[in-house]
Order: sequence, then C-alpha cells, then structure tokens
Amino acid sequence: MESKSEVIRLAGVHKRFNPATINETEVFTDFNLTVYEGEFVSIVGSNGSGKTTMLNLICGSLMLDCGKILLRGCDITGAPEYRRARHIGRVFQDPARGTCPSLTILENMSLADNKGGIFGLREGINRRRLDYYKSQLELLHLGLEDKTDVLVGALSGGQRQALSLLLSTMTPIDLLVLDEHTASLDPNSSQTIMELTDRLVKERNLTTVMVTHNLRFAVDYGNRIIMMHGGKCVIDAEGAEKSAYQVRDLLGTFNEISIECGN
Amino acid sequence: MDIFIRLLINVLEEGFIFGIMAMGVFISYRILSFPDLSVDGTFPLGACVTALLITGGINPWLACILAFLAGAAAGSITGLLHVRLKITDLLSGILMMTALWTVNLLLTGGTAIRQFFGMDTIFNWGPIALLPDGFRRVRILLMAFLVMIAVKLTLDWFFRTRTGLLLRASGDNGQFVTSLARDQGKMKILGLALGNGCAALAGSVMAQQTQMADINFGRGMVVLSLASVIIGTSIFRRMSFLRVTTMAVLGAIFYRVCLSTAMLIGLPTNYVQLLMAAILTLALVWGRVSAGGGVLRRGI
Repeated sequence: MESKSEVIRLAGVHKRFNPATINETEVFTDFNLTVYEGEFVSIVGSNGSGKTTMLNLICGSLMLDCGKILLRGCDITGAPEYRRARHIGRVFQDPARGTCPSLTILENMSLADNKGGIFGLREGINRRRLDYYKSQLELLHLGLEDKTDVLVGALSGGQRQALSLLLSTMTPIDLLVLDEHTASLDPNSSQTIMELTDRLVKERNLTTVMVTHNLRFAVDYGNRIIMMHGGKCVIDAEGAEKSAYQVRDLLGTFNEISIECGN
Repeated sequence: MDIFIRLLINVLEEGFIFGIMAMGVFISYRILSFPDLSVDGTFPLGACVTALLITGGINPWLACILAFLAGAAAGSITGLLHVRLKITDLLSGILMMTALWTVNLLLTGGTAIRQFFGMDTIFNWGPIALLPDGFRRVRILLMAFLVMIAVKLTLDWFFRTRTGLLLRASGDNGQFVTSLARDQGKMKILGLALGNGCAALAGSVMAQQTQMADINFGRGMVVLSLASVIIGTSIFRRMSFLRVTTMAVLGAIFYRVCLSTAMLIGLPTNYVQLLMAAILTLALVWGRVSAGGGVLRRGI
C-alpha cells in the first residue's frame, strides 16, 4: 500500500477556555488527529464536542495552549490566521463572512484570484481574466455568470455561499475547511451547496475537513467520518468501513453518548 | 447682491478645503467604521508643518506633500496604537490628538500662531501669480478647487486598485481580508494614514490661505468632517452617479452653507461650536433614519 502524505496534523493539542476562572472549560486534553492527502473528512458531534474549536485551531482564529499543528510537516502552531489562509481555504456557516457585500461579484473574484500575490496599485478588476471568472461561475449553475457586475450584498444566502465556496478554492490550497457551511441555508439550497462542494472537491482534488450537523451529508459525502464527543474522536472510520455507516448507526452512537451524559 | 456673491465664494473656498479633509474622514469613518479623533490634531499638524517649511523657504507645493506625509505618519501611529497595542479606536484617536498638541507647539516654536505673511504659497506661486492681485479671491477659489479635485481623482483611482478594493473589503468584512491571506490590521493602518494625510493636506491649504498656522485650527474638525461625510452621503445617496468622494465634498460645502447662514442671520460667534455639535447630532439621526439603518458604501 502506498504511503499517504499527511496534510494536517494536530499533535498533543490542549485547549481550555477561560483558564483559572470559575468558567474554565477544558475542550481538548492531548487531542491528536491527522488528515491525509485526498481525504474528505466529515466531522459530526453534539454542541460543545469541540468540532468548531478544532477548526478554529487549525485555521488560527484560536491559538492552542499546548501541542503542535503541522501543515504538510511544517510547524504552523504560532502562525497568525492570515498567514495560514494562504494554504487553507475556509467557508463559514454565515454566508456573509466569505464574501464582501459592497463589492461586485467580479471584484470579489478578482481579489480572491490574487490571494497570496502582491496587491499593489494595479487595476482592481482583471478584465483579461473575465472569461475565466465566467467559466468558474458557470460551474455553480446559478446563472451568476451573467451578473458579474451585481453587488454581492444583493445575492441570496445560497448564492453567496456558492460564491464563497468558489472564492475559497480559486487559488491552489492544501486544505479546504468547511465550518457547517450548509447549516444556515434552506433544505434545497443546502442540498445544492453540498452537491457543489462534492463536485469542486473531486474536480480540484482537495483535501477537505467538513464539520456538519447534517448526519445524512456526513454519511453520503466524503471518504472518512469522525464523530467527536467531549474533545475526543469516538468514531473514526474510513474507506469501506465509512461507506457501511448509515444515519441510524450514527444516531445510535450519538444517543448512547447523550444518555451517558444525562441529556 | 454683492454680499451674497462674496458669501458664496467664501462658502465654496472653505467647502473645498474642508472637503479635502472630509474625503479623508470618509475613509476612516465610512469605510473602516473607525471614529478617528486624531483629525483634530492632524489638521493643525498640516498647518504647522507648512508654516515651518514655508518660512524655511521650501516650495509651497512641496510643503503640501510633506504636510500630507506628516499627517499620514500620525495616522499610522493612531492605527498602530489600535491594531498592535489593542487600544480602543476612540482612545487611540484621543491619545494621538493629545500628543499632537505638543508636536504642533514644537513646530510653531512655542507660540499659538505662526504667521508667514508675504511668503510664497500655492496661491501666489507659479502660473497662478499671473492673475493680478485684485483677483486674490479668485486665485484662492481656483487653487483650492484644483487641490480638492486632485485629491478626489487620486482617491477615486485608488479605490479601484487592488489595494483600494482590499481596503474597502476590510471595512466591510474583515474576515474576508484574512481569508485572502492579508493582515486586516495593516489595511486599517493604511486607511488611517490616508485619512489623516488628507486632513493634514487640508490644514496645509488652510494655513496657506490665511498665511498663518494656528494650533487651535483643529478645534471642532472631527465634528465638522464627520458632519460633512454624513450629510453628504445621506443627502446625495439617491444620486448613484455621484462618487462617494464627490458626496463628501458636497457635504462639506453644504455644512459651510448652514454655518454661514446662521452667522448671516446674526448668530454670535461664540455659539458656533454649539451649532456645529447640533448639526452633527441632526446629521447622525437623520443619516440613520434616511438610510434605514444600513450603511452606505455604494458608488465608490
């Protein structure tokens, strides 16, 4: 079997909130996780299980107390969020966070296209890339290719989220992080965005970590599934074992844990 | 009739000069949502730097540029206080404003007013001097207009560059800037530098117009420029063909009209600051009501 190269590794991570106060909460005690090249990991778990904290630690919106984070073997433990962003694309639950509402679709795309480059005083909109941008928008099947000069603030939540997804994957990235990115959308849009995600991930061959509350999405998409509880991975299955998982299996484990906790 | 024409010229002159500052404050207040109080210090800073340089025999246009740079430096420090030392936006501005009081006094050599009558200014140096002395008011109006237009066109252009787009995005959605692998903090510092640079440039032009620098020039400048920006962007909001920079300048002119009218109908000078505060209060309330709570950033 060929050896898989690791993309992100969390090693011996400790994280507590409000240390030394009455509200002190320990989220992670010696947490370890490695995500390998080409994996599409779905992460489920109850509120407070540490899913979003983990994403925040990976992306650098939160700093860990102890431990290491390695990106392709490179220590990024102390790197600020904006430096990691060059290698990590992220889509948030709130569609408003991934786009800029007062700029047009074209301006948003031009900026995202320039990620990691020098901004300088060149004209903001790159007209020569217009055809490329339109071809990218066509991938969304939302008709946005004819609305390139429309302000993003005027788009619906689903459209903005689709655009966020596109923007975060425009430049080559090592890891795509999806933070409950379908949770604030209606069922139809949420399905559309999930299908789009799957298509983009496959086409661009992206290593992906997706946190979701939608157990069906977790089962239907991706090639590895993790259930988190109390800062630990209680289920971690990949390949054929993952494919065998059904929503009711997840729900079973989920309820078992909840009963143990007295919920 | 004559008095009205003179009044009109006066209003336009001051409107153009304060318009330069209003465009700068547009960047900090509207784009970055940063209520920047350092403007009360950077406007007279521009004036004091100019007085020092012009008495030292420096070319008046060069003095304008150096005044802009001095203001930009001060603005960057306000930004650094806020971004790197995590001091709140209001306090960073107050600290800068207070510190600049001393800087300005040092520049004027310890006096409140530093005059430079008879020296070269942008209003009597170069081709404009061909206009005879009898047209002094026309010269002032013309040059103030030219400086204002130059700033306006430069900002309009800048807002369309990549860095300009990024600056606009940073006020709108800081997370977006972070996602683009850029430091939000740097964009804030850049915006404050530009804003205060414009304020200092306006101070420089003001000093050259009155041929003196007064360290009290700054009193009420925050209120004045905020009112101009808010009035301008609220009144002319529906005219989407106007650029935001134009709106800020028109706001400044409108503001001067209000003040001049009040003086014309006999308001004692001592009441000016009270009136300025009242106008800003009205503008703030009205701005919110007419914008339906939303913040306008259209038409840049």
